[in-house]
Amino acid sequence: MSTRDIADAVELAEPQRDTWVILKRLPFVPSFILCAFIILAICADVVAPHNPYETSLRTRFRPPVWQEGGSWSHALGTDHLGRDVLTRLIYGARISLAAGVLTVLLAGCIGAAIGLLSGFYGGRIDAVLMRAADSTLAFPIILFALILAVTMGPSFFNVITAIAIVLWARYARVIRGEVLSLKERDFVAQARITGCSALRIIMVHLFPNTLNTLIVLLTLQIGYVILVEASLSFLGAGIPPPTPAWGSMVSEGRDYITRAWWVSFFPGGAIMAIVLSLNLLGDWVRDTLDPKLRQM
Amino acid sequence: MDLMQRYIVMRVFQSLLALIILSVLIFVLARATGDPLHLILPMQASEEDYANARRLLGLDRPWPVQYWLFISKAVQGDFGTSLRARKPVKELLFERLPNSIKLAGFSLVVSLVVAFPLGVVSAVKKGTKVDSIANIIAVLGQSLPAFWVGILLIEVVAGRWQILPAGGTGGLTHYILPGFTLGWFVVAGIMRLLRSSMLDVLDSEFVKLARVKGVAERWVIWKHALRNALIPVVTFGAIYFAIIVTTAIVVETVFAWPGMGRLTYEAITSRDFPVIQAVVLTTAVIVIAVNLGVDILYAYLDPRIRFQTR
Repeated sequence: MSTRDIADAVELAEPQRDTWVILKRLPFVPSFILCAFIILAICADVVAPHNPYETSLRTRFRPPVWQEGGSWSHALGTDHLGRDVLTRLIYGARISLAAGVLTVLLAGCIGAAIGLLSGFYGGRIDAVLMRAADSTLAFPIILFALILAVTMGPSFFNVITAIAIVLWARYARVIRGEVLSLKERDFVAQARITGCSALRIIMVHLFPNTLNTLIVLLTLQIGYVILVEASLSFLGAGIPPPTPAWGSMVSEGRDYITRAWWVSFFPGGAIMAIVLSLNLLGDWVRDTLDPKLRQM
Repeated sequence: MDLMQRYIVMRVFQSLLALIILSVLIFVLARATGDPLHLILPMQASEEDYANARRLLGLDRPWPVQYWLFISKAVQGDFGTSLRARKPVKELLFERLPNSIKLAGFSLVVSLVVAFPLGVVSAVKKGTKVDSIANIIAVLGQSLPAFWVGILLIEVVAGRWQILPAGGTGGLTHYILPGFTLGWFVVAGIMRLLRSSMLDVLDSEFVKLARVKGVAERWVIWKHALRNALIPVVTFGAIYFAIIVTTAIVVETVFAWPGMGRLTYEAITSRDFPVIQAVVLTTAVIVIAVNLGVDILYAYLDPRIRFQTR
């Protein structure tokens, strides 16, 4: 075997080692927590011990199992209507995760489309779209989402739309920046010479090259979106009761906190756990795929 | 300086345009939230009562007329009468705005005092225990729901230990819990941003040069590096201000703090549209003014921005 062969072999082996190193750095606890929540959310109907909507006035304010008077049938206690906190927590994971992912996808689609158009065409279109993006960026999200949610009536899809309408601007800005530099590269010039239409250049040549950035931005923001959704639900402008959204569970338990701390405590803790895990994982995805986005 | 003046004029014009668009949007949205008369009038009110009330409040006129009346008065500071509190909205604003400014100012000052040294030290001592602790504080700040932290603080610190008041305004002790809740979120953002830009700057050529020249390490960090690391922090200043306003709505609601945030929440839940319009417009004017200030400051600091505007 010549040295060259060895060098080639080493080079071939390189990507595999990289994958392994990257996987080894994957933060274990956050991934575990997130996976657990995803599985619970998907299998909620099978895993949950009770019906999340079933009220029972005789079992109101049962404490969690380790406190005096607690029992395994309501492991995390019951709320002011006798509903099982653990069950509602499990169903709540479904709502939070769905809201987070759907919002970010919707905002990502709008943002990517506008960023691509703005960066590709430039000129007046660019100026108008980017001014709109800047105004949206600097406007307090909750204020806007609160007005929209109340206007359209509180419901799951209205909350998603409301947050997405405010969130697209950040993606648009970053994608536009990417497109501006991609546009000058040779392969785009070649595509133009070959006679590709504008649509084809955008979709086939530019869009795939912005995907890494887009994925990083999206993962970094799911946690934030879940937090905003929870805040809206807490303020009564999010997902309406009796749907078990974590934010509204905290709000419902608030009046009884001295008597039954567990009603508010556990959903808040769940929000913290999931947002924390998503943020840590987002940091990891960013460092792996696109370290130059560190300041986002 | 000619370019600078041109830039300022253009930015002021853009800001005004944004305000006008926003005011139309708010006006339309506030009217789409449903009929406020259901809330003002008693249950047994007749059709005639509704018609009278509508005429009295000017709600029967066409929308463009209502908008024109609204905007021409708003410019003079007259936002009409609150449907719920039954007093001039202007009075409500004058009551509430100072409280919000005090709370936001308090937590902003405290956050800056905490975030600056923390951000710089964690960048300089990257990988040490100090860095890990600073990172934990920052990551928690960005992951904890503010309303939950607030409720727990009220229950434990004010309820069980009874060492601090649970809410409302008063002496300095009243600021501690809401200020802490609001400030943590801000500390987290500023600290992370400062840390990462500090790391970039510490890695740059001119910092190495300063070290080679024999400048004391203390000066290299706190003067040469920090100054340059501040630029991204200034850029994101306006966005952080928007985040403070956002978080303040939740924090003020939880701590029964009589500020603009709580007023917003009350107005939206009771469909008090003169108040909604006034609150959102006032907030928007403040946010847009802060943005304008930051942009001008930034263009002043960084000449490249001025030349982009041609």
